[in-house]
Amino acid sequence: MQPEMTADQRAGSWVDGDRAIVYQRCGVCENIWYFHRAFCPNCGDGDPGTFTASGNGCVYATSMVHRAPSDALRRHAPYLIVMVDADEGFRLMAHGDPSLAIGDRVRARFIEFGGKIIPRFGKPDG
Amino acid sequence: MSWISGVGLTPFGKHAGRSALDLMSEAASAALEDAGLERNDIDGLICGYATTMPHLMLSTVFAEHFGLRPRYAHAIQLGGATGFAMAMAAHLVAESRAARHILVVAGENRLTGQSRDNAIQTLAQVGHPDYEVPLGATIPAYYGLVASRYMHEHGVSERDLAQLAVLMRAHAQTHPGAQFRSPIDVDAVLASRPIASPLKLLDCCPVSDGGAAFVISRESVSGHGVRIRGAAQAHTHQHVSAAPSLTEFGAGMSCADALHSANVRLEDIDYAAIYDSFTITLTILLEEIGLAPRGQAGALAAAGHFSSSGKLPLNTHGGLLSYGHCGVGGAMAHLVEAHLQLTRRGGDRQAGAPSMALLHGDGGVLSSHVSMVLEAV
Repeated sequence: MQPEMTADQRAGSWVDGDRAIVYQRCGVCENIWYFHRAFCPNCGDGDPGTFTASGNGCVYATSMVHRAPSDALRRHAPYLIVMVDADEGFRLMAHGDPSLAIGDRVRARFIEFGGKIIPRFGKPDG
Repeated sequence: MSWISGVGLTPFGKHAGRSALDLMSEAASAALEDAGLERNDIDGLICGYATTMPHLMLSTVFAEHFGLRPRYAHAIQLGGATGFAMAMAAHLVAESRAARHILVVAGENRLTGQSRDNAIQTLAQVGHPDYEVPLGATIPAYYGLVASRYMHEHGVSERDLAQLAVLMRAHAQTHPGAQFRSPIDVDAVLASRPIASPLKLLDCCPVSDGGAAFVISRESVSGHGVRIRGAAQAHTHQHVSAAPSLTEFGAGMSCADALHSANVRLEDIDYAAIYDSFTITLTILLEEIGLAPRGQAGALAAAGHFSSSGKLPLNTHGGLLSYGHCGVGGAMAHLVEAHLQLTRRGGDRQAGAPSMALLHGDGGVLSSHVSMVLEAV
C-alpha cells in the first residue's frame, strides 16, 4: 500500500493516465478535496498538498448504467458507476464491480475504459 | 413588486423542421397576445439558451429576428434552473425600473434538431470533464446515484418513485399540448426499460421540441395578472462528486428564503410547480421543501394529495415527465400552468381556486436552485 506522498510533488492521477487516485489537503485549514486545484477552495491558501490515496473506502451510492452515452461505450454497458467515500476523507466517482452495494468496504484497482485508465472498485478480497 | 402579465406555451413533442428561433417566436407571440401588448411595448428581453443553437448573444439574435429593440437584454444559462432564474431576473429588473415590460422566452428543437446520442452527450457535460464524464456517466446516472443514496436513507422504493410518473401522466392526459398522454400505471413504470438504476425509462423525462414565454411587467396591465411575491436562489455545488450531501440539497434553503421574502408560510401554498426531470428529482424536492414528509411523496401522490382535486395540486399540465422537456422552456411550462391555474383559466384542468403558488426549479444535479412565490390578485 502506498503511503501518503510529500506535498509539493504532484502525484500522478488516473485523470492524467496514471494508476492512482489523488487528492489534496490544505496545510492551513485542513480542508480535504478531490478535484485538483492550485489553491484551497475553503480558505484560499495557495500551497495545498497533493497526496496519493490508499484506494480504500466505502460505497456511498451506486447506479448501473444501461444506456451508454456513445457508440464507443455501448459495448461496455451495463456498467456500474459508484461513489466511494475514501478513507482519507473525500468522495469520488468511479466504476465498481456489479455486485457492490451501498455500505460495502472496497479497494480500487484500475481498468481501461473508452481508451482511458479509470478506477474500478471491488471488495478488498475480491 | 412585479407582475406576470401574459404567458405563452407551445405544445411539446416533435416540431420537425422548426428551429429554436421559430419555437421562441411562436411562444413569444402567444405571450404578447395574452398580455395584450405589442412588440414596441417590450423594452426588456431575457432569453435562455438552446443546445441546438449555441450562440454568444442569443438575446439580441432573438430581438433582431422577432423585431424587438429592448433597452435591456441578456441570456441566462443555469441548466434546468434557467427558466425560473430568468423569471427572477426579470422580476428584479422590473423592480429596479430598468425596464417596464420584460419578455422572457426560450425554445429549442432539442428532439428533432440533433441525434439522440448528441443530446445525451451534450447534457452529460454538466458532469466534470476530467473526473466524471470519462467514466461514461450520463445525466440519468448522476440522478441514479442520488436516487440510490436517497432511497437507502429514507426508505423510498422504486414503486414510490413510480407513483409520481403515474401522477404526471394522469395530469398530461388533460392537456392537449402534452407530449405523452396515454395512461400508465405503476407496473408499467416498473417494467419500463432500465436506463441507469434505479431509474427506468418512465422515471425519466423525455427530450422534446417546444417553446415557452411570459411577460413580466412593473405594473399590472392585463385582466389576469399574477403577482411575483418573492424569489430566492441557492447554489451548493456543480458536480455530483462535489455535492456536500446526496440526501440534502439547497432546495430547502432556497424555498425558505423565497417564502420569507414573500412573507408567506409554506402552509399558505395551495398550488405547487416543482421541477421533475426524474421521479427522484420530484421526490427529493417535494420532501426537502417540506411539501411531503421524508419518504412519503409517492404515498401522498397515490392518495390523490397532489391531484387536481387534491389538497395541493402539483404540475397539473403533466410536468417534464409527461408534458415534456425542451430544455429551458421545460420548467417555464410549469410557470405558465401555475399562471393559468392562479387566474382560473385552467379549463378542464382547473384545480379549484388556488391563490398562492410555490415554484421550484433545479439545475445540474440538484446543484442550482431557484424558488418563487406567485400570488393571484
